[in-house]
Amino acid sequence: MTGLSFRLEDITLRYGARAVLRDLTLDVAAGEILAVAGPSGCGKSTLLRALAGLLTVGEGRILADGVPVRGTSADRALMFQDDALLPWRTARRNVALPLAIRGVPRAQRAARADAWLARVGLAGLEGRLPRDLSGGQRQRVQLARTLAGRPRAVLMDEPFGALDAQTRAEMQRLLAEVWSASTTVVLVTHDVDEALLLGDRVAVLGGGGLADLVEVPRPRTNVDAPLRARVLAALGAPTLETT
Amino acid sequence: MRILLRAVSPLAFLGLWHVLTANDVVFLLRFDRFPGPAEVLAEFARQLATPVYYQDLAQSLVRILTGFALAAVLGGLLGALVARSRRAGDLVLPLVELARPIPAIALVPIAILLFPANEQGIVFITFAAAFFPIMVSTRHAVRALPTAWEEAVRTLGGGRVRVLRSVLLPGILPGVFGGLSVGMGVAWICLISAEMISGQFGVGYRTWSAYTVVDYPGVIVGIITIGLLGFLTSATVEVLGRRATRWLPAEARR
Repeated sequence: MTGLSFRLEDITLRYGARAVLRDLTLDVAAGEILAVAGPSGCGKSTLLRALAGLLTVGEGRILADGVPVRGTSADRALMFQDDALLPWRTARRNVALPLAIRGVPRAQRAARADAWLARVGLAGLEGRLPRDLSGGQRQRVQLARTLAGRPRAVLMDEPFGALDAQTRAEMQRLLAEVWSASTTVVLVTHDVDEALLLGDRVAVLGGGGLADLVEVPRPRTNVDAPLRARVLAALGAPTLETT
Repeated sequence: MRILLRAVSPLAFLGLWHVLTANDVVFLLRFDRFPGPAEVLAEFARQLATPVYYQDLAQSLVRILTGFALAAVLGGLLGALVARSRRAGDLVLPLVELARPIPAIALVPIAILLFPANEQGIVFITFAAAFFPIMVSTRHAVRALPTAWEEAVRTLGGGRVRVLRSVLLPGILPGVFGGLSVGMGVAWICLISAEMISGQFGVGYRTWSAYTVVDYPGVIVGIITIGLLGFLTSATVEVLGRRATRWLPAEARR
């Protein structure tokens, strides 16, 4: 199984009556991590929801592996900023949900869910309800749940945005660790450093379109200051959010 | 210590009741014809030994459970439907909003006209009473569901049935149980009233008929029985509700 590739052809996305993105054309290669950065209201979350199939594109079209996106699919899992866990299900049963959807036999679900939870560092907390987990732990459960469905593309909407700096850094490390090249990742963030740290490329949205598309060279141990400056410039300093 | 404190008000009430009735006090209120606690207790003991008492009890319980169950199922289904589909809402809600302010007990004449059997009419009144609070709270509960839950399940590959089973049903339970509690309360009010007006059995009927034959201790026994039944059914709904919503954060539970 390989990652999903996306092709966005001249898409226009509206939020209510307002067009937030106009005539956007962009390719996402199979297996790449594309970070999407931009100020609030630039349409990055809307774009992600369109990729997930949660909203339809007014004009233009989105192709996933050459097939127009229509509706949601287990191939394109969306990971939310917070509060997307089902609060009546324990961590284990949240992670088991995509397994049930995929038709994994009931007898195997708990063990598989526990294995995923162990991978995100939550061994021992499988029986906890979301309300008894910290924000960082909940996001780990969500990451495990998202990956347990074996999606070919993971769409992340500011997944670490609500976390404190240290937890955030841990989660970024964790994502780099559990991510495999068989999954395409589109990561929406307003954190430039996160975009440069995790992304193979950084798409900067602004002014209703693609302001810049920055390739991040590998190995990315040493992120160049000029790259950061370029992304920041594309973002436009005055509109930059502070976290 | 606390249990003593909590016993104060009921005991004071009993004491006051006894003093007022034993001395036939007539001051603003008339206690000269009013039965005292001892008389009521004796009557209660006598009734507990008669099969009629249990027949009435069973009759009222069957009526309320039938009406309430119908209201829970239909109110829940309709509430969920109009919350999920705008077209269904447009189709049904105007009538519902027109009918909602009518107290169910005002429907007694209609129930008598429409239903061939008295029994059906009483169940209908009970149903009508419980239906609206249950429907309205279900509708609100469905609307208040965070969209992220459903969207997460859909992007994990879940279809309509999965969303219904894994998100909608468990997610609305806290709100629905609020409506069930209120519904049970008004259902009792209307059941007892309907029984008093047109029943031939049941605790409401028995209480009223005791009054008409000047059996005042019997009236009080009936009232106490009604209170106990109401408490029992409300507590059952409450306990079931707590069990179904154990996952709520501590501050949202009571």
